[in-house]
Amino acid sequence: METPRETSAPPSDREPHKTPNLAGSSPRRGRSSLADSSGTGRRGDAIFKFASSGSGILLLVIMAAIAAFLTVRAISAISADHGNFLTTSDWQTQADPITFGIAAIATGTIVSAVVAMVIAVPVALGIALFISHYAPRRIAQALGYVVDLLAAVPSIVFGLWGALFLVPHMLGVNAWLNQYFGWTYVFHQNEPGTQPRSLFTVGVVLAIMILPIITAVSREIFLQVPRAHEEAALALGATRWEMIRTAVIPFGRSGIISASMLGLGRALGETMAVATVLSPSYVINLHILDPAGSTIAQTIASQFGESQGTGRDALIAAGLVLFVITLVVNGGARMIIARRKEYSGADA
Amino acid sequence: MKLQRNGRTKALAIGALAVVSSLTLAACGSDNNSSSNSSSSPAAAGSSAASASSIACNGATGQLLAAGSTAQQNAMTQWVKDFQAACSGVTINYQGTGSGAGITSFQTGKVAFAGSDAAMKAADVAKTQGTACQNGGKGINIPMIGGPIAIGYNLPGVTNLVLDAKTLAQIFTGKITKWDDPAIKALNSSANLPSLPIQTFHRSDGSGTTANFTAYLAAAAPADYTFAPNKLWQAKGGQAAAGSAGLAAQVKQVQGSISYFELSYATQQSISTVQVNTGASAPVAVSTAAASKAVGDAKVVGTAPDLALDLKAAYTTKTDGAYPIVLVTYEIACDKGNAASTLPTLKSFLTYISSTAGQNSVSSLGYFPLPAALQTQVQQTISSLS
Repeated sequence: METPRETSAPPSDREPHKTPNLAGSSPRRGRSSLADSSGTGRRGDAIFKFASSGSGILLLVIMAAIAAFLTVRAISAISADHGNFLTTSDWQTQADPITFGIAAIATGTIVSAVVAMVIAVPVALGIALFISHYAPRRIAQALGYVVDLLAAVPSIVFGLWGALFLVPHMLGVNAWLNQYFGWTYVFHQNEPGTQPRSLFTVGVVLAIMILPIITAVSREIFLQVPRAHEEAALALGATRWEMIRTAVIPFGRSGIISASMLGLGRALGETMAVATVLSPSYVINLHILDPAGSTIAQTIASQFGESQGTGRDALIAAGLVLFVITLVVNGGARMIIARRKEYSGADA
Repeated sequence: MKLQRNGRTKALAIGALAVVSSLTLAACGSDNNSSSNSSSSPAAAGSSAASASSIACNGATGQLLAAGSTAQQNAMTQWVKDFQAACSGVTINYQGTGSGAGITSFQTGKVAFAGSDAAMKAADVAKTQGTACQNGGKGINIPMIGGPIAIGYNLPGVTNLVLDAKTLAQIFTGKITKWDDPAIKALNSSANLPSLPIQTFHRSDGSGTTANFTAYLAAAAPADYTFAPNKLWQAKGGQAAAGSAGLAAQVKQVQGSISYFELSYATQQSISTVQVNTGASAPVAVSTAAASKAVGDAKVVGTAPDLALDLKAAYTTKTDGAYPIVLVTYEIACDKGNAASTLPTLKSFLTYISSTAGQNSVSSLGYFPLPAALQTQVQQTISSLS
């Protein structure tokens, strides 16, 4: 994931000028960097350039290979498909005729990721601001550590926790949402009282899983806000909240978007936690409290073992769709960042 | 006001970020734990009474790789343990990857035999010729062990629930939605059925259990279950969970639920099971003995040496004490042209597991032995493998 690179680069006025020397100087070898700056420095430069550009090219080659593999296998599956690959909801790859389409699983993927983002982004920004601007230092460090620890929990553990603990405890939340917000269509329940193994519960689990990524990246951005900006805001009589609103958030906006996109990428591709929590079915269901709908990654995980031939290729085609969705989302985020940069005050 | 921040905090934070991102990457890498393994039932200690004397090693040596059905994985674990104990120097590695993945591995020659919950289709047989099987050989289906599929339910105060194929089909296709439906009442005149909604659960993953259960519904209640038998659940409605373990957990948790899974899950979690009214003199409760009786009616439809079974007669049995919802799992190997290096081990191992001692050694794990006539055919076929 390359998104943080351009945003986490600190403004140059705060950065000591050491980057240009990094490649050539080699103080670890025990020699003075001055002495060999003309000899090994050049060679080191060449080696470093080769290594770094090689890594970049390798990444491109790997991405191209993945895309080519997915495309080749997907084409053979799509040509055997008796339904419309884009508009069919059903996923019957073992039946005769083979009928499958991504309408339901792509919708479910996006719906669950959106629910996760709606919950996780505000909470993550709150945590990040608390750590960077409100908490006493000791508490900030401890809290940061705990949030980072969340990222280390394997997804199957989140899945088991979701299925065994969260699902029974979501019954009340669902009933409340259905009662007071059922009119919104989204929170309407067709069958109140069913087990909430729904896209909404999946979204909640995903939100917790992506929280640490968004928090950690945003926290870094907020810590890099130029102190001059903050002090200027305070000097003009801003309260702390006004200072955050006028100085910190505008500076960090593109970083916040990057952080959210990292989280979104994880939410879109999450497999095990979704497969454990969700009661999947291949229908487009926007009543997110109902146990229905499914996601691309979960479909691949749950069907791969018993799939052969075209069925397996169909799953790979679904994987290609997820690949494309992720590319589009990342591309969109980069466009937003590029457009916002000039207003963000990052270069001020 | 804490505006002063020193470089150390920043360095720490950057370090933390690095740790986070590396941990995140690690977490991403571990996402692919396939759920197909979850259908292997909780390991139960089987009877290890299989005497070493019943195992003829016959030159078995080296490593034998196999993969496939998770429904027979518990049996395989037991058989492999006993076989390896009797024949030193043999390692047998059976991976419960799922029938489909097992057949694919077999077709590409990665494994010496595959376990499958259903007989191979003709197209799959063709793909074994010249790849896994040399010398004009082809993959054949060898039935090996059976297991009853229990219909588990959670209905407080109701024991000994009786259903027949018609009501089961109507329940699982959503035509019957309440437990006090007249059709259920008619079969359970003495029971006090609550007016609860029926919550059906089916497998979210592809599964041989689903294939056999739907084959039963399609054969025994064709008017009410109009879908073709399939590894993937076809009917609309109902809820889903991954693996037999997942289904059993839901039934345990949800009042008014009903689902299908291997018998061992029902016994281990003491879930009530449905007695099936087959048209015999009395409703039949699920047990390995009753299921074995039903498979006795099944016919071999494969052309020799292929022993693919038609279980239709078992699904529609009216024999007294025969339980119709059964699953028979196969081993798939080449009739001719098996890899020479693994052939002795393959034959020796398959001979053992199809022997009476081998078949009985897994009965405590919820499996039942093949009927005697079929067992003889299976043993003849195995001895003719080359």
